Amino acid sequence: MSASSVAGMIEVSGLTKRYGEKVAVHGLSFHVSPGIVTGFLGPNGAGKSTTMRMMLDLDHPTTGRVRIDGKRYAELREPLKYVGALLDAKALHGGRSAYHHLLCLAQSNGIPASRVGEVLDVVGLTAVANKRSKNFSLGMGQRLGIAAALLGDPEILMFDEPVNGLDPEGIHWIRNLMKSLAAQGRTVFVSSHLMSEMALTADHLVVIGQGRLLADTSMAEFIRTNSRSYVRLRSPQQEQLLDVLHRAGITAVTAGHGALEVDGVGAEELGELAARHQIVLHELSPQQASLEEAFMQLTAESVEYHAHAQPTEWRT
Amino acid sequence: MTTPSTPAPYQQHPGVPGYVSPVPLRRATLLDALASEWTKIRSVRSTIWTLGVMVVLVVGFGALIALALRSVDLPEGESPVSLGFVGVLLGIIPVITLGVMTIASEYGTGMIRTTLTACPSRARVLAAKGIVFFLLTFAITLVATALVSAAISGILGGSTAGSVWLGATVGVSAYVALLGLLALGVGSLVRHSAGAITIMIGVVLLPLVMALFMMSEGLRDVQQFLLEYSIPSQLAIFYGTPMGEDGPTGWESLGLMGALVALVLGLAFLVQHKRDV
Repeated sequence: MSASSVAGMIEVSGLTKRYGEKVAVHGLSFHVSPGIVTGFLGPNGAGKSTTMRMMLDLDHPTTGRVRIDGKRYAELREPLKYVGALLDAKALHGGRSAYHHLLCLAQSNGIPASRVGEVLDVVGLTAVANKRSKNFSLGMGQRLGIAAALLGDPEILMFDEPVNGLDPEGIHWIRNLMKSLAAQGRTVFVSSHLMSEMALTADHLVVIGQGRLLADTSMAEFIRTNSRSYVRLRSPQQEQLLDVLHRAGITAVTAGHGALEVDGVGAEELGELAARHQIVLHELSPQQASLEEAFMQLTAESVEYHAHAQPTEWRT
Repeated sequence: MTTPSTPAPYQQHPGVPGYVSPVPLRRATLLDALASEWTKIRSVRSTIWTLGVMVVLVVGFGALIALALRSVDLPEGESPVSLGFVGVLLGIIPVITLGVMTIASEYGTGMIRTTLTACPSRARVLAAKGIVFFLLTFAITLVATALVSAAISGILGGSTAGSVWLGATVGVSAYVALLGLLALGVGSLVRHSAGAITIMIGVVLLPLVMALFMMSEGLRDVQQFLLEYSIPSQLAIFYGTPMGEDGPTGWESLGLMGALVALVLGLAFLVQHKRDV
């Protein structure tokens, strides 16, 4: 296989995980390449964490496989030197100090103890190195998890929801960290349920919903195809306007607050059409749907836990 | 827009070579895992607490009983060192707790996912935990039993045969450490601290308690077996005070416990490969 020869490449092929009747991950296939930040996006319960656990050989796939540098994770003899993973901030023993937590991980991979001080410094936890981690805030826990991921100076980094619980300064820090890690030629694979977060950091996107692949595309391509532009219209003569639009073969959708939304027709054309029929317009504005909306549309059918109060009509 | 039903084909990102770390690679071995587990066990308070309580129980109870019996004559042929039995019997409980906690606390806290990410060989992790726990518990129990045996002899005087000394220190310590290893195996299978500790306390106490209620003639043999092979009875053998006539000798009971540990740990080794964490 040609792809397996590339250092830092992760290949996921046909990955399926079944828990009894429930299928958490369904035939998932994608690649993660070095040198870029790959965003792994999906709503809560989409199977992101399950997939990441299978990538690390913690959970066993029902079918399918994951290869890292062409190998199974379990075949990596000193895995921390290949892969650094932040699974969740609380995947540690709270009674142990940050220093000892990192030391025991370093020792298990034959990493010199001096590296512990270095990574504590990188994440800014040097001052609390000897404090027990159970008293850490969520943000400090995340930083400790990131320190553990960086311990082996690995070529691949996997972060599961790294910005959770971080303050704005911490979020800014981790965005830059991920970008600089990728710029060094490392593979950075980061999961999130926030499209806006991914838009700021990821170069490539893998989107899943209910365990199925929905999109595997570059960020630029995703923005181009998914950011819907439309025109918002408001008029005191809404009935007449709808009638005119209908006769012109233009589909309008009613949105909240008495507004209409029209896809695929320019604002100029709509304005002229209204003028010709002497319809008063209170608003005629071109709109760009946010990526967040695009993401919600993409995953709309696959969101597992719907909130049932929609503030506006659901557009499709 | 439409939802893309077939994702865009994957494109290789051009031009960027993979990252190569300057940190030299060295093969990780069981020794690295042992160093890691040693750091883990010495850096949590539960280790200090459980082993500390064990030492206090063993030495404290032994010394108190010896002081209380200063004016009483011991039965013919019984070594005063055997008075250390009660303390050790109580000291079993914290050792079991530590054995279970050594592995089950990792499942309770989620640490196990970090541990197995760092060392994907589950067999190596379990082996390292077992070895570190056994050696530490054996060493501390040996110190405690040696202390209490010396204290009792010092207080009560009398002569004690070398073989009884050996049994009351090395034998007892090995037995207690093996029992802790059994708890570690149960903790690995159950993955739940409270559950595993409860099971282990049941294993230690239940046979003896059941035997006490088996009064009917038909159950006489079962009662006798339980009395002779229950864990407190086997522990008593090391002090030369067995509860039955035909029960195992000290070294036989070590073998029995060793076999039980091998069975449970073997099962834990087999099962853990198939399970998700």
